[in-house]
Amino acid sequence: MKLAPVDYEAPRTLSEAVDLLAEYQDEASVLAGGQSLIPLLALRLAQPAVLIDINGVAELAGVSQTDGWVTIGATTREYVAEESVTIADKLPLLAAALPLIGHEAIRSRGTVGGSLAHADPAAELPAVARALDAEFVVRGPDGERVVPAAEWFEGYLTTSRQADELLTEVRFPAARPGTGTSFQEVARRHGDFAMVGLATSVTLDDGTITDARLAFAGVSDVPARATAAEEILAGQRPSAELFDEAARQAAADIDPPSDLHGSAEYRKKVAAALVRRGLREAVDNAQERQ
Amino acid sequence: MTEVDITLTVNGATRTGSTEARKTLADFLRDDLSLTGTHLGCEHGVCGACTVIVDSRAVRSCLMLAVQAAGSDVTTIEGLAMKGAGEAGGELSTLQQAMWDSHSFQCGFCTPGMVMQAAAFLSAHPDADEQQIREALSGNICRCTGYQSIVDGVLLAAERIRER
Repeated sequence: MKLAPVDYEAPRTLSEAVDLLAEYQDEASVLAGGQSLIPLLALRLAQPAVLIDINGVAELAGVSQTDGWVTIGATTREYVAEESVTIADKLPLLAAALPLIGHEAIRSRGTVGGSLAHADPAAELPAVARALDAEFVVRGPDGERVVPAAEWFEGYLTTSRQADELLTEVRFPAARPGTGTSFQEVARRHGDFAMVGLATSVTLDDGTITDARLAFAGVSDVPARATAAEEILAGQRPSAELFDEAARQAAADIDPPSDLHGSAEYRKKVAAALVRRGLREAVDNAQERQ
Repeated sequence: MTEVDITLTVNGATRTGSTEARKTLADFLRDDLSLTGTHLGCEHGVCGACTVIVDSRAVRSCLMLAVQAAGSDVTTIEGLAMKGAGEAGGELSTLQQAMWDSHSFQCGFCTPGMVMQAAAFLSAHPDADEQQIREALSGNICRCTGYQSIVDGVLLAAERIRER
């Protein structure tokens, strides 16, 4: 349970950090909040030659907003995001998901970018990013690249970030008027990874659903959009029957894992229940935000 | 292997040391500073026993490297009683006394982490109710008590803090 010997670099600027990544490539692990990486190092599931600690790079932290987008710096700590008035106001889905991450002491250190770069498919933030079609900004030796959420998550703990690239910020589209959201999850204990989680966003125009997004956590190796269920909802007026139909479709389209916490069949039932709950809450919130 | 010189404040005193990059803050506190009040249970961020306060926030010291604490203000379980009396081994803090009075703990292994988590939480939320306290302590595992006596102790401390 002790970390293996490792070299350590603590760049002070973004360009220093990018230069170090270019030098070490696959040999390096980027250390942000460390709440996922340090357990992997302690269990020796990861044994990088060098840690590049980006906590000292001031320009990577902070929350800002510009014309319809909220930009969150990669090393913005989860508790800081939780306390952000901008996020509470403009990104209610993210605001609902943040308190469900781990426990208070985890959120003291854990970062928004770190969770999204770690890409645990059972975690809350990847599902939120997928539901909202967030944009990931990475910087490498050749400059900056913007990756849509649909192309960011490639597999279990795997993203499309290249070994010489650093995730610098994540941009989320601000919730429009008439948009309501909900984050639902079922876990054995509060703070545990969810057996199934669901990020829901619904936009109403004159009582009709113009946009519906459903993104699951914990049902596959990446956060997964329930696209067929979303299509059932689009253009319809909200009703219990409609939500039931979407829930059946969403549950039928997933192939969740079985483990000691729950069978695949159980997870499908939980998924359907979460779709119904998520839609009810999101539609209620949307009506309040008209 | 990188050795790094660090300076940090621990329980109000400036401490310096040289540490391997791989050493966690928990091991640095225990092995280098002989502050063995901080307990290590799982050593991978699950049990909460190693919780300390870093710059006013509860942090798991097994999930933070010692080098990352350079320049920080760290409080360990040894520092709680010190604050009340201005020296080591002084009077118990209000929280510690309330937990003592409530017979909060049995074996004592989870105690330092549980107390530090509660201390950080109460200083930010002195008006917390039982549900909020349970939520704040949800990342700290106790195998003896069933938690009721711990929650009782924190509730009693909150009441005494509010009465002051």
